[in-house]
Amino acid sequence: MSKILFKKQLSKDVYLMKLHAPLIAEERSAGQFIILQVDDDYGERIPLTIADANVDEGSVTIIFQVVGKSTHKLSLLNEGDNVPTLVGPLGKPTHIENFGTVVCVGGGIGVAPLHPIAQALKKAGNHVITIIGARTKELIILEDEMKSIADEFILCTDDGSYGRKALVTEPLKEICERNPKPNMVIAIGPPIMMKFCSETTRPYGVFTQVSLNTIMVDGTGMCGGCRVNVGNEVKFVCVDGPEFDGHKVDFDNMMARLNSYKEIEKELHTCYLESLIQSKESK
Amino acid sequence: MDHKTSEQLAEEAKQLIVEYISKIDDMKPKERTHIPAQEMPSQDPLERIHNLDEVALGYTVEQARIEAMRCLQCVKKTCVDDCPVKIDIPRFINHIAHSEFENAAAVIKEASLLPAICGRVCPQEVQCQQNCTVGKALKDVDKAVAIGRLERFIADWERATGKISIPEVKPETGKKVAVVGSGPAGLVVAADCKREGHHVTVFEAFHKLGGVLRYGIPEFRLPNNIIDKEIETLSAMGVEFKTNFVVGKTRKLMDLINKDGYNAVFIGTGAGLPLFMNIEGENLVGVFSANEYLTRANLMRAFEKGKADTPIYPSKNVAVLGGGNVAMDSARMAKRLGAENVYVVYRRTEVEMPARKEEVAHAKEEGIEFYFLQNAKRILGNEKGKVRAMECLRYELGEPDNSGRRRPVVISNSEFILEVDTVIVAIGNSSNPLISQTTPEINVNKWGNILVDETQKTSVDKIFAGGDIVLGAATVILAMGEGRRAAAAINKMLTEEIEKAKAALN
Repeated sequence: MSKILFKKQLSKDVYLMKLHAPLIAEERSAGQFIILQVDDDYGERIPLTIADANVDEGSVTIIFQVVGKSTHKLSLLNEGDNVPTLVGPLGKPTHIENFGTVVCVGGGIGVAPLHPIAQALKKAGNHVITIIGARTKELIILEDEMKSIADEFILCTDDGSYGRKALVTEPLKEICERNPKPNMVIAIGPPIMMKFCSETTRPYGVFTQVSLNTIMVDGTGMCGGCRVNVGNEVKFVCVDGPEFDGHKVDFDNMMARLNSYKEIEKELHTCYLESLIQSKESK
Repeated sequence: MDHKTSEQLAEEAKQLIVEYISKIDDMKPKERTHIPAQEMPSQDPLERIHNLDEVALGYTVEQARIEAMRCLQCVKKTCVDDCPVKIDIPRFINHIAHSEFENAAAVIKEASLLPAICGRVCPQEVQCQQNCTVGKALKDVDKAVAIGRLERFIADWERATGKISIPEVKPETGKKVAVVGSGPAGLVVAADCKREGHHVTVFEAFHKLGGVLRYGIPEFRLPNNIIDKEIETLSAMGVEFKTNFVVGKTRKLMDLINKDGYNAVFIGTGAGLPLFMNIEGENLVGVFSANEYLTRANLMRAFEKGKADTPIYPSKNVAVLGGGNVAMDSARMAKRLGAENVYVVYRRTEVEMPARKEEVAHAKEEGIEFYFLQNAKRILGNEKGKVRAMECLRYELGEPDNSGRRRPVVISNSEFILEVDTVIVAIGNSSNPLISQTTPEINVNKWGNILVDETQKTSVDKIFAGGDIVLGAATVILAMGEGRRAAAAINKMLTEEIEKAKAALN
């Protein structure tokens, strides 16, 4: 059981929560994730990357977007409430060293897991170029935090409502064309964005690391639901990842797998929303 | 289908017992072998495929006593020799015959703390019942004394009458034992070490206790309330449980010893990593490991549609690959989740199938179809990346392999298509990498299984291991056997430490 110490709405559907979890705060490194459940008996297990941690406070920070029933339930919890199940830190930590120049590309909610990695890379002495993007202005999160780390900072929106009107791949391509080209790219965001970032850097031969958020149940290697094709191998995101070489990931298969339950979940979510409306009406 | 209802079976037994009770101690062996073997009452197959309730309902008192009277009370107890935890089987059975159920329970408890579980999930036909004299005399292992059912009868009787005894715990020693994993091996270690007076903490990665007993074995074979009850007993003894705790991740294993003051650690993390066939199409949408499929249905309660938030894949035609208990569980679960056709595809024949006989029989009754001497070649997908069919190959049996079973040999050009939308891969597990990734000091073999000596000790002092993480995928009772051995070694080690400390003081 884990108490919610702090909650803040970052944008329309995006929330930040600090959860009391002293052991996880102590052990976690950039790149790792937790799994939580909003209900101990019937809840779904939701994997979320740790956005930050504070050892003194014994807290870990998560940032999540409401996309379905379970994340909606989570968003309804408030400071002082308990999250019944919280386990972690899971996955392998990001490998951090001084690579030289690293481009950190974050799309939408992906900026949350990118933040601690960019922070660690900066601390290790890298020249950090940050590109953050979203569909529209109100979906941009952690702008100030990312700006304060970055040696160069680029912000773009698909609709041009804020920053440059572009997909993140455009500035990424320009940076890859520089001489010298960057030593490494880290891209975290929706699968389609990570796929196109990897395609953008491929011709330049710039190593591109992506962080995958696949369907998971246990998160400890037991179920295999998170498996992805990486090169010619099948990898488990929970124990082999979550970070992989973007040039080797079969994104199309991964995206198909992510949609395994799309129809059922839509149905579940609709039923759930209807029940919420009904219960409100009966009150 | 000639399904005898539990009422019919109970009535038959009531009439039969009158005849035998008068001569209970006077029957000759020959006479005893003529006592009809008691059939296990079970839920009607047509009903049970729509619910998750337990299939086998358990003997009535009369059935249990009649079955117990079939035991010849042999001098040479082959059944005890073949029991991994050495329960004094003839003695507890004799108590049942004489209606002394409390005594029977006490006899079982001398050797096993988890009879309600073992009675349900042990493969008795290859253990205690395999060499039973009655079975041999009747030339049919299925006619052996139903030891497992009798064990279950006693455990259920104890629970129903509220007579579960809490084992005695010795005074506190001040020593601390960490048990990693709350599956069958871990629970046995916890019980055995607690009895000696050590402080025991069980760490479980999931939010619920029981390990494979909970996430793997379905409710219709092992109800959750039985696992809960066994764990309650451990809690009552003073065992501490910590859920949502992944040793290696939440806390490094060595930190348990170096920082948290544990004097011994037992690793019983189970067979973590599901094996796949490594064939084309295995990552298509609709292909699951049995672990995932069963975990969604069991632990995450996906069977309770409308209540559970965890979705389960909707299936019409399901192929299950494999022939073990997990394959049977997956197939039967798929049926209960609404699949119209479920095929178990196994590359050998029924004889070589490792599943418990009773499970195979139950699966057949439930309409599961068995495709023997066949195996998947590749899985075919549609334009959306979902399973649409499976291409299979036919096999024939060749020479015996290392396991002694005849090796299946592929028949060339025997390909055919099986129309399925779901494939569940139940061909076993390799070892979970979490501990070896985070505790490189512990030696493992090339498959990642932890190497132990004859006392279950690993290459690192104070650290022991047992169950599937050592054995590869095995059975509940073998895991318990390893747990028992490990606990004995841990207790011995800790006793020696205590005595050494005392001697130093004097």
